[in-house]
Amino acid sequence: MRVKFTVNGEERTADDVWEGESLLYVLRERLGLPGAKNACEQGECGSCTVYLDDTPVCSCLVAAGQVQDREVRTVEGLGSEDELDPVQQAFIERGAVQCGFCTPGLIVAAHDLIRRNPCPKDAEIREALAGNLCRCTGYEKIIDAVHTAAAHSRGEATS
Amino acid sequence: MTQTTRTANPPLTTPITGGVGESPLRPDGALKVRGEFAYSSDLWADQMLWGVTLRTPHPYARIRSIDVGPALAISGVYAALTHEDVPGQNAYGLEHIDQPVLAVDVVRYQGEAVAIVAADHPETARRAAAAIVVDYEVLEPVDNAETAIFGEDVPKLHEGGNLVRYVPILFGSQDATADVVVTGTYEVGMQDQAFLGPESGMAVPAEDGGVDLYVATQWLHVDQQQIAPALNLPQDKVRITLAGVGGAFGAREDLSMQVHACMLALHTNKPVKMVYTREESFFGHVHRHPAVMHYEHGADRDGKLVYVRAKMFLDGGAYASSTGAVVANAATLGVGPYNVPNVKIEAWGAYTNNPPCGAMRGFGAVQACFAYESQMDRLAEAIGVDPVEIRLRNAMSEGSIMPTGQLVDSAAPVQELLERVRDKPMPAERTSEVDIRTMPGGASNTTHGEGVVRGVGYGIGIKNICFSEGFDDYSTARVRLEVIGGEPVAMVHTAAVEVGQGLVTLQAQIARTELGVQRVTIQPADTSVGSAGSTSASRQSYVTGGAVQAACAAVRAEVFDLARERFGVDNLALEGGKVVSASRGVLADLGDVLGDKAIEHTREYRHRPSFPIDPLTGQGNAHVQYGFAAHRAVVDVDVDLGLVRVVELACAQDVGKAMNPDAVIGQIQGGSAQGLGLAVMEEIQLSGAKIRNPSFTDYLIPTILDMPPMVIDVLELADPNAPYGLRGVGEPPTISSTPAVVAAIRDATKLALSRIPVRPEHITGT
Repeated sequence: MRVKFTVNGEERTADDVWEGESLLYVLRERLGLPGAKNACEQGECGSCTVYLDDTPVCSCLVAAGQVQDREVRTVEGLGSEDELDPVQQAFIERGAVQCGFCTPGLIVAAHDLIRRNPCPKDAEIREALAGNLCRCTGYEKIIDAVHTAAAHSRGEATS
Repeated sequence: MTQTTRTANPPLTTPITGGVGESPLRPDGALKVRGEFAYSSDLWADQMLWGVTLRTPHPYARIRSIDVGPALAISGVYAALTHEDVPGQNAYGLEHIDQPVLAVDVVRYQGEAVAIVAADHPETARRAAAAIVVDYEVLEPVDNAETAIFGEDVPKLHEGGNLVRYVPILFGSQDATADVVVTGTYEVGMQDQAFLGPESGMAVPAEDGGVDLYVATQWLHVDQQQIAPALNLPQDKVRITLAGVGGAFGAREDLSMQVHACMLALHTNKPVKMVYTREESFFGHVHRHPAVMHYEHGADRDGKLVYVRAKMFLDGGAYASSTGAVVANAATLGVGPYNVPNVKIEAWGAYTNNPPCGAMRGFGAVQACFAYESQMDRLAEAIGVDPVEIRLRNAMSEGSIMPTGQLVDSAAPVQELLERVRDKPMPAERTSEVDIRTMPGGASNTTHGEGVVRGVGYGIGIKNICFSEGFDDYSTARVRLEVIGGEPVAMVHTAAVEVGQGLVTLQAQIARTELGVQRVTIQPADTSVGSAGSTSASRQSYVTGGAVQAACAAVRAEVFDLARERFGVDNLALEGGKVVSASRGVLADLGDVLGDKAIEHTREYRHRPSFPIDPLTGQGNAHVQYGFAAHRAVVDVDVDLGLVRVVELACAQDVGKAMNPDAVIGQIQGGSAQGLGLAVMEEIQLSGAKIRNPSFTDYLIPTILDMPPMVIDVLELADPNAPYGLRGVGEPPTISSTPAVVAAIRDATKLALSRIPVRPEHITGT
């Protein structure tokens, strides 16, 4: 089948899509957007998180056909060519990235949290990111990064 | 003050930032946060095919026949290969070449590879693999390590029998008696590394008949050594480049899809990509050895240890992998960081039909630490002192002798590490204002505090850093210095694998410090440069760090030759992009001295040698360096439901030199999390040698809700034998967090809890 949808503001078409393919597969293997990751492909790890019409979803659980005529935003679409999104910047600055395989999903999830809650407390960050597994960091620097990103997004300087 | 001779101004140099001891940002960070870093599962080539593996559902069976015909009949399938198609030696392995590339007439564990398929779509390949007809004669699996070695009428799973390795450690008297004796049997379940990036890579056939492999691994050259004979190719025709690695933790030390992808690529003459699913990943790599350990500690009435005796059984599963080295670690480190005058430890590693086990962060030291630390708590109780006090009374220190007879000849601050975690302020007590998110059970709203008891526990561990027992453990670095765009730039090229720990950052830091240049580029790791050894055993900062330092020193010496020729002065240094003389200050820009010359040197670095241990007594200087970390865990336990919440972890670790302080903290936090996982949730559950939970739905790893805040102290007591005085960092924190968490649960519940992971039913007794 043919699937047509908007990705990161650009209209894209994927041809010869098999009905069983996930949005994750189409992004990664047909549209050259491997940012969303394939760590479990059963909705447990959050590494494939993308926005679908402004709602974060596990793209591995979305059938490709479901996104017809809808809008998808991936980690590749958060920053601009010259500038990283504050969440992306904060993840680097605070050492929240080690192997980085969980990072794209966490960044989308954290980005969504900060949109909804510009000043999240630790417990709120933990709740919001509970669906994203990370095996390297022990999460503490990820929490630091979300605080830093939130401060940047509010226009505050951080140390 | 007398005026001294005034000759030249002091060197006017701009300090280089991001050198050794600082925490520059990761050079791969921007790519990773943008989603643009190419992991091994992200690769793509024109005309690429997808490879899929057919795996046996039976832990032990004879293969009567394999028919790939039905697979080949499916449209879009390009190849379906079996053992008959392995071009060379159908066997590989790290220590023993005992594992077939594709099973021949027998399968020895559930998930062993039987056939491989290439097709133009992964789903087509999966369906084709499922269409292959394999006729099995199912056999009764051997699923217990002790039975495998000592049982009667147990089938021999390999020609030499079911014993992979036996390691005895005999030290002091074997007849010692003691006033106070505590015994215990401890069990460790099978832990999975659970890296997030699945096994994957892409093999591209080359015009010279060789193959180019892009893969996530831990040691490029040991892969090459195993792949080439299987493909019947000379090693230089198997060129391997490191693709982005999504975590490793030991699980990538053995081959997974490497030979399979190469076979399919060479057979079809097309690029072939293989990506394991999460379920397949549980079958596609080795795990942490499950262990059963019987311990007896004897002490005097003050709690000073008189003897330790132990028998340890480690289940290596169907193939040896690194079982031999894991058994040696468990045995040689089996009494922990304590002075013990009389020791008898025996450790066995067995072949069974369980999933193969090999390297995982902590590597044999994890299992032993859970047992000896549990014993130290029992001893404390028997003597009537607190758990830290019993440890302090027996703490080893620099100058102590290991049960192998080896002198500990650099810092071993066991006492200080324990005191530091003990003396940290306790986290706040629970108040009547209950936020259920902070309760065991969390947002599941299972308690508002009723039935919740707090406990505190301690653990300390010891780990050997670098490869042991006489292994020729070296790394190679190529460093090139030249002017690019008007600025001196250092290029560092090694085959050392970055798995997330930050080795790429560290290599650049070393080059900046040694060469006084700001710009450093790190070449992709590949096999066109000499081996770097494995990214394991907490060894890469030490060994590849040492190699980069040595190559830089060689480059620097040549720069000094040029400068000496030109300026006729000695006592030179490279600082801030300048060549500086001790007597005359800045002589010239480094770029001026280099001109259009590129200076390049390759160096191998070896740490001081280690030695084999005596096979009858276990005596010998087996290890290169020892690392230590201590933890204090504070937990809340819902004793009615058996739910545990770790409230806080405190950790103190000696790292010799914090090469990159932020990365050190990251290792301690991440390592502690994996230890917490083993304490309370992580186990590959087996039934009849079959894995019952091969998914992230059923194999749980800590989430952000499970990991508490950590309080961390980093000690820097230089090891004079190591580059910059550093001590390997990655493994120690994984080792001691597990016993600390379990001790805290015991403190809260007053239960013996001799098996990990501790499950709710162990606490509730239901």
